[in-house]
Amino acid sequence: MLKIRIIPCLDVDAGRVVKGINFLSLRDAGDPVEQAKAYSDEGADEITFLDITATHQQRRPMIDVISKTAEKCFVPLTVGGGVKSIMDIKEFLLAGADKVSINSAAIKNPSLINESSKKFGNQCIVVAIDAKKKSKNWNVFINGGRVDTGIDAISWAKNIEKRGAGEILLTSMDRDGTKNGFDLELTSKISSAVNIPVIASGGVGCLKDFFDGIKLAGASAVLAASVFHFKELTIKQVKKYLKSKNINVRIDNLDK
Amino acid sequence: MKNVLIIDYGTGNLKSVHNAVKKISDKQYCKISVSSSIEDLKKSTHIILPGVGAFESCLNGLIKTKVRSYLEEMVLEKKKPFLGICVGMQMLATKGFENGEFSGLDWISGEVKKINNQNNNIKIPHMGWNTLNFLKETAFTKRLLEKMKVTNLNDISAYFVHSYNFKNKNANEKVITTCYGEEITAMISKENIIGTQFHPEKSHYFGLAFLKTFLEQG
Repeated sequence: MLKIRIIPCLDVDAGRVVKGINFLSLRDAGDPVEQAKAYSDEGADEITFLDITATHQQRRPMIDVISKTAEKCFVPLTVGGGVKSIMDIKEFLLAGADKVSINSAAIKNPSLINESSKKFGNQCIVVAIDAKKKSKNWNVFINGGRVDTGIDAISWAKNIEKRGAGEILLTSMDRDGTKNGFDLELTSKISSAVNIPVIASGGVGCLKDFFDGIKLAGASAVLAASVFHFKELTIKQVKKYLKSKNINVRIDNLDK
Repeated sequence: MKNVLIIDYGTGNLKSVHNAVKKISDKQYCKISVSSSIEDLKKSTHIILPGVGAFESCLNGLIKTKVRSYLEEMVLEKKKPFLGICVGMQMLATKGFENGEFSGLDWISGEVKKINNQNNNIKIPHMGWNTLNFLKETAFTKRLLEKMKVTNLNDISAYFVHSYNFKNKNANEKVITTCYGEEITAMISKENIIGTQFHPEKSHYFGLAFLKTFLEQG
């Protein structure tokens, strides 16, 4: 049976891990390569790196981070942040990323999804959606949560599936860093609107939040940053808890 | 001295495979090349064909390198240990049906078809860690399990990411399966040829043990 993936996320700024709340007030949280290695040894099913303040000047430290991490982690590695073109995607893949996450560029130039999934295979194209509630719906935000596109998140999710994305990384901006749990309503609506895997992100604060994201909202994978960074929870703990709740997780190497 | 060749045909994440082989091999006794040169192919003791992307574009990429006939000589006649990963395994089939109908290398009889999702109740691609079912014990799987120091095969999982399934013809060539909407061929084996649908280079301890076992072949 396919297992639910537990994905620690490392937000990287100029080669260091940082963590913010509601996309702002960044705190330093350590060396990305060492953290990724520790997560992978502890049983992380995938690792995600997001270069949250990506600009071209900062691309180099990110490439180094990816390539050093890829030498040490033998689980899939997703990288995102500042991806604008086929060339950017290629650069990340060559450095050792297995999947590349596109966010703002997918909105500005949706055909990038079609072209990149055709060129590299849809399995390696993840489209990230940063969504924020606006009365009854959720709008898609870009540029690291700074710009409201006015686009409805659910119709955008359907659109990117049609264009060939292999997966959706869904972040609730309302919940990001708050530890109030995933936005279950949003996650559940997106997850049932598309037939590609949806990774729930934003808001995990306790063990039960993981369970709810999977069981109540139907996420294929759950992503968390601060609870792991600040060692409030370990991946091992999360997996043991989920297993005790009859959620199918990979636990085979945890006792090594 | 081992000489591992990872075939570079302009597609796929070769770096991951390279990193994983590097991790498990002894630098002194193992040379790793990433290339599509005929010279490297001739010198190789072990050949790995990675593959990420669509069946046809991978196959075209391989054909463009002009190594096909040499590759067939090394694998089918000289019987060098060969490992095809993901689409690198799928290409060994008679035919592939991704975006049309295409002839494969036909080293292992069978067809590559989209995972059945008629009831719309599973997500495609099949992405993530899935439990392996070992259908039988081969010399390879025996060594693999010894290496992993496990006796219980019930909960070993590997990382998959694909939308097509290699439905091979001869049941005895199927060694490992997994389940996702239907039975998925996870590992095939025929003489010196091994193919995996999962990605050993991304399957952590299990995957590294798998690659190590492969390097000990031949």
